[in-house]
Amino acid sequence: MPLLEVKNMTHYFGGLRAVHNYNLAIEPGQIRALIGPNGAGKTTVFNLLTGIYTPTQGSIRLLDEEISGLMPHQIAARGLGRTFQNLCLWRHMTVLEHVKMARYSRISYGLTGAFFGGAKRRGQEAEIEERAYSLLELLGIRHLADQVVVNLPYGAQRRVEIARAISLEPKILFLDEPTAGMNPEELSKTMDIIRKIHGELGFAIYLIEHRLKVVMELCEKIQTLVFGEVIAEGTPEEIRENPKVIEAYLGKEVIH
Amino acid sequence: MEKEKDREISKRKKVTDKIRLWFSHVPFIGWLLGCLLAVVVEQIFGSMVASMIGLPKIPALFGFVIILKEPFLTPSAIIYVLIIYLLPVFLIARFGSAWLNALARKLLSLPGWMTTLLYLLLMYGILHIWSDISAYRVLTMKLMMIAVILTLSLNVINGYMGEFSCSHPGFMAIGAYVSSALTVMLFADDKLFGPALLPPALGPYLFPLALIAGGAAASIGALVIAIPSFRTRGDYLAIISLAFMFIVKSIIENLEVVGGPRGMGSQPDYANLPTVFIWTVACIWIINNFVTSTRGKALNAIRDDELAAEAMTVNTRQTKMTAFLFSAFWAGVAGGLFAHVLRYVNPGTFGIQKLAEVLAMVYFGGLNSVYGSIFGAVSLSLLEEFLRPLELFKWIIIPLLLIFVMIYRPTGLIAFREFNFQKMIQPRKTPDKEV
Ligand SMILES: Nc1ncnc2c1ncn2[C@@H]1O[C@H](COP(=O)(O)OP(=O)(O)OP(=O)(O)O)[C@@H](O)[C@H]1O
Ligand SMILES: [Mg+2]
Repeated sequence: MPLLEVKNMTHYFGGLRAVHNYNLAIEPGQIRALIGPNGAGKTTVFNLLTGIYTPTQGSIRLLDEEISGLMPHQIAARGLGRTFQNLCLWRHMTVLEHVKMARYSRISYGLTGAFFGGAKRRGQEAEIEERAYSLLELLGIRHLADQVVVNLPYGAQRRVEIARAISLEPKILFLDEPTAGMNPEELSKTMDIIRKIHGELGFAIYLIEHRLKVVMELCEKIQTLVFGEVIAEGTPEEIRENPKVIEAYLGKEVIH
Repeated sequence: MEKEKDREISKRKKVTDKIRLWFSHVPFIGWLLGCLLAVVVEQIFGSMVASMIGLPKIPALFGFVIILKEPFLTPSAIIYVLIIYLLPVFLIARFGSAWLNALARKLLSLPGWMTTLLYLLLMYGILHIWSDISAYRVLTMKLMMIAVILTLSLNVINGYMGEFSCSHPGFMAIGAYVSSALTVMLFADDKLFGPALLPPALGPYLFPLALIAGGAAASIGALVIAIPSFRTRGDYLAIISLAFMFIVKSIIENLEVVGGPRGMGSQPDYANLPTVFIWTVACIWIINNFVTSTRGKALNAIRDDELAAEAMTVNTRQTKMTAFLFSAFWAGVAGGLFAHVLRYVNPGTFGIQKLAEVLAMVYFGGLNSVYGSIFGAVSLSLLEEFLRPLELFKWIIIPLLLIFVMIYRPTGLIAFREFNFQKMIQPRKTPDKEV
């Protein structure tokens, strides 16, 4: 049984059909990618899967439980972590606070703990903090823990977003263009990080990517989306050779 | 010429650096003991010194009022402040840093609750002795502490959560009227509610419950705003809450059981200085606990990026509702205290002017900061008293000051600073020998 199964998902923005008849099955631990030209509807697919929009039609099942229609925070708490195409960080908060915040749904000290403190709260906060530090370590940004995010360079901000998404213990991690705007050196570092977190934590990863080099190297399976419809799905080799893909998308770019 | 000026400036800089260096070694306890000494000196020698330098009586608020009322007494007022307040504080701070730091260390080695208690007692002691000079000082201090509670509660919404609430005077009114109705009905003989229903001796013990009831009623009022405002994302809160404030005011004006526009009096005298102090400390402690917990920091996440907060498992709607009700509770408590300090309330108090006042305190002191709210409430309440002799001009000077702050520091003077009592009471590094 796949981890996440999407059937016939369609979404309209008013009269605009942004996603049409979208199907997907993500297996545990798989790394896969969604590619497609600008405006194809890739980000919309992510927003639908993570509950930011509710699909007009279709079903989304996580471990055989229907999750479409749930609030985004409920879906996140069930194990879908994500990053955003244009960084959505909390500008007045520190790196450490970002990573701690993603544990929100697991805090059980309640309002009593929040208002009056106490041993339970101290214990949980300490535990969350320790975990947060070890994740920051894993991503190589532990030394930035107490910095406010707006002061960080772009690459570090991207990592904070990844650290935050991992912190909620995802079963699937959604990365929306994790290498956008990076130079080749940052790019290869980011790819190493993706491999590393996948190796250590073992969740499935679903990423949107414009650079085919990244996709071809990292992924087992690729879907190509054009005008909201999947025109091809397969392994990197299959995608590379698919005439429809070449015509719609790859024709303009060089594949290494 | 230029060079000389430069040298002059650098010399002056050196002096200020030196002074700063001296005082950076003084722990918090040093300042407290300095203040204690000052207020004790005033208590003992105050009238004597005042009459010696030609002041009619002890200056009520550090001489500001005297200076504005009778400018020719300015030198005397300054001398009084120097001798009575600054000299003792300066002496203790300047020459005591070694043993003060030892004392701070000793205090820290006690169990945590005891350390805190001792510090609080010391602070209360200073407040008490200082206020003892006149009833006017007592009243000013009570109203100032109530302003602290109100400002903090509004900062939770306007600062920490980043929405704009205008309803706090309304919550305050609800708290004031509900708690007053309870205490007057139960413990006072009054023509509105008739004779006391319970023995008045119980009153002071049940007063906290009346305040809590007032706060809870304010929270219920807040629910009326929160349900429509937080249903969807967007800026409805400002408008709905403003409407709420006016509605509360006109409901009370038309409610004859509580005296209508004439207001309501004969509240028993329960809000004495220690009571107000304890409630203020409790409010600071609880609000600070809340905003430093990960649960409370969810408010910051919502303010900075609500979508990201949702995507990181934060139940944004519930968090906003909770914070709003919590904030309203404290505004209600502030209202209850206010009514029992003045022992009279009328609906006119809780209008747009009160709103302007508390907004000014929040934005002047600093958003997202407990220090800021304390500072804003204290400084503006005092400033209002200082400038009282100027009458109408007061309302030109204070807004001008605010405009300056907004231009140079749009988030307020002490914004985004975490309040940490433990850090505050730490001993400071003792100076090297040659300093
Ligand atoms: N909230 C919205 N309301 C209306 N239309 C939208 C909304 N979000 C996206 N769209 C439209 O849906 C289409 C798909 O947008 P989407 O952002 O999903 O594309 P994308 O594949 O992520 O593109 P890019 O590579 O530029 O990120 C676009 O035509 C876009 O204008
Ligand atoms: Mg996109």
